Amino acid sequence: MSRPEHELRGRAAVVGVAESALGEVGAGISTVDLIGQATVRALADAGLRKSDIDAIFCHSAFFSLPTVTVAEYLGIRPRFTDSTAIGGSSFVAHLRHAALAIEAGLCEVALITYGSIQRSASRALMSSGPSVAGSYETPFGPRLPISAYALAAARHMHEFGTTREQLAEVAVAARQWAQRNPVAFVRDELTVDDVLSSRMISSPLTVRDCCLVTDGGGAVLVTSAERARDLAKPPVYLLGAGEAMSHMSISQMPDLTRTMAVESGRRAYEVAGFGPEDVDLVQLYDAFTINTILFLEDLGFCAKGEGGAFVEKGRIAPGGQFPVNTNGGGLSYCHPGMYGIFLIVEAVRQVRGECGDRQVDPAHLALIHGNGGHLSTQVTALLGDETTL
Amino acid sequence: MSQNPSDARDLLPDNAPDVVYARFLSEGVLAYQRCDDCARAVFPPRVLCPDCGGTSLDWQRSHGEGTVYSATTVYPRDGDPYHVALIDVGDGFRMMSNVVGVAEVPIGAPVRARVEFGDGAPRPVFTLGTGR
Repeated sequence: MSRPEHELRGRAAVVGVAESALGEVGAGISTVDLIGQATVRALADAGLRKSDIDAIFCHSAFFSLPTVTVAEYLGIRPRFTDSTAIGGSSFVAHLRHAALAIEAGLCEVALITYGSIQRSASRALMSSGPSVAGSYETPFGPRLPISAYALAAARHMHEFGTTREQLAEVAVAARQWAQRNPVAFVRDELTVDDVLSSRMISSPLTVRDCCLVTDGGGAVLVTSAERARDLAKPPVYLLGAGEAMSHMSISQMPDLTRTMAVESGRRAYEVAGFGPEDVDLVQLYDAFTINTILFLEDLGFCAKGEGGAFVEKGRIAPGGQFPVNTNGGGLSYCHPGMYGIFLIVEAVRQVRGECGDRQVDPAHLALIHGNGGHLSTQVTALLGDETTL
Repeated sequence: MSQNPSDARDLLPDNAPDVVYARFLSEGVLAYQRCDDCARAVFPPRVLCPDCGGTSLDWQRSHGEGTVYSATTVYPRDGDPYHVALIDVGDGFRMMSNVVGVAEVPIGAPVRARVEFGDGAPRPVFTLGTGR
């Protein structure tokens, strides 16, 4: 007999988070080296030992059998693994899956991890995987994934009058947050005019509307709420999560201005018992500037079509009314092919109050939202401190 | 047109969806499938209807007229910019293509398909305007 997902609310908690070295790590350092480094740091953060880990969650576009590769490198023989591969949102999905596995008694301490040496290795933007309809898109030369998001941006501009200046505001806000994050990859000044006058890649998106290409890794440790209370840091509870998907190829997306974040968000809010009005800060997967606008709308922070106006006048920047992507996001902090794990890392640090110059106050309840493929997969989660239980 | 209905029960290299699509294109025809059960247009072609699950899909010739749903201009580092668009074809399906022969591609503009035989496989591309 199935149990309602509400019973999972607050039953698992994130107890350790870490990044590896980020940016451009240099030749000779491997992807699994970064995963190893992030894992060691996350264990120290949690006050756990490697031998405590009995489950591994990983997705990689760089090596096959990702959980097996990671398990061998770390010297762990996990009793539960999950390589759910739905693009950059996978790691938020892993968080939900880890909570399910822990609740079911299938494991006790789950490691979610990712790493990439994409910048050092190739400098190419890594797509989340080939399209099932590859032969029905590739012949026309879209520059994927960028063109997929450009098509969504163009349609949003057409339907709602969203402007390139409003898209640029998203990049400028991300840069201002990055200036408060010592490990962000790009921290120099950026203006709306800079974004508009940058090299056009796939209209209306310039290179400054696009995420970075960096190296980097991350690790997140999850365990039961009971065990979490005995560990080094205050637990950050998983209050609810939702996953949804509608297509792989952008040509198969039913409506380019409405993503399945509507559905993933609805499910996450429902389980958590919170709504958008309760959220203190959000971390949205900003692979491109249009993403932030789409997800602010689809997750209920403003009405459909009003996302462009919502981000104007520094509203989502430091000092604005609504903090978004407080680490600088994929646009200015770090984007090693897939970014999802870093949503969790930043949200947990914010809820713990560890973010120094960029700390949001209050920060009891964080929403994280992962995106994968070509606006294909959407995963939302709500994370909160003790007061949100 | 019932040429090679691609039924999941009788999937052969000769009637595989991609094979039949490419065969039509080589004859200068943009083709799509229509579900016998629910009448939905199916594109890209496949062995079952993604709507109702029906497995009886008939190949149809598209009349080739549509409207631009969205468009982006791609700027390669080397070479000329070109337009990639999503076209809502009037037969009831959406496809990616290129709109050729224009400086700009307005969203909502009427377009018409033609099959371009150049280097490599034939490709369905679109030009602005309706009729012939």
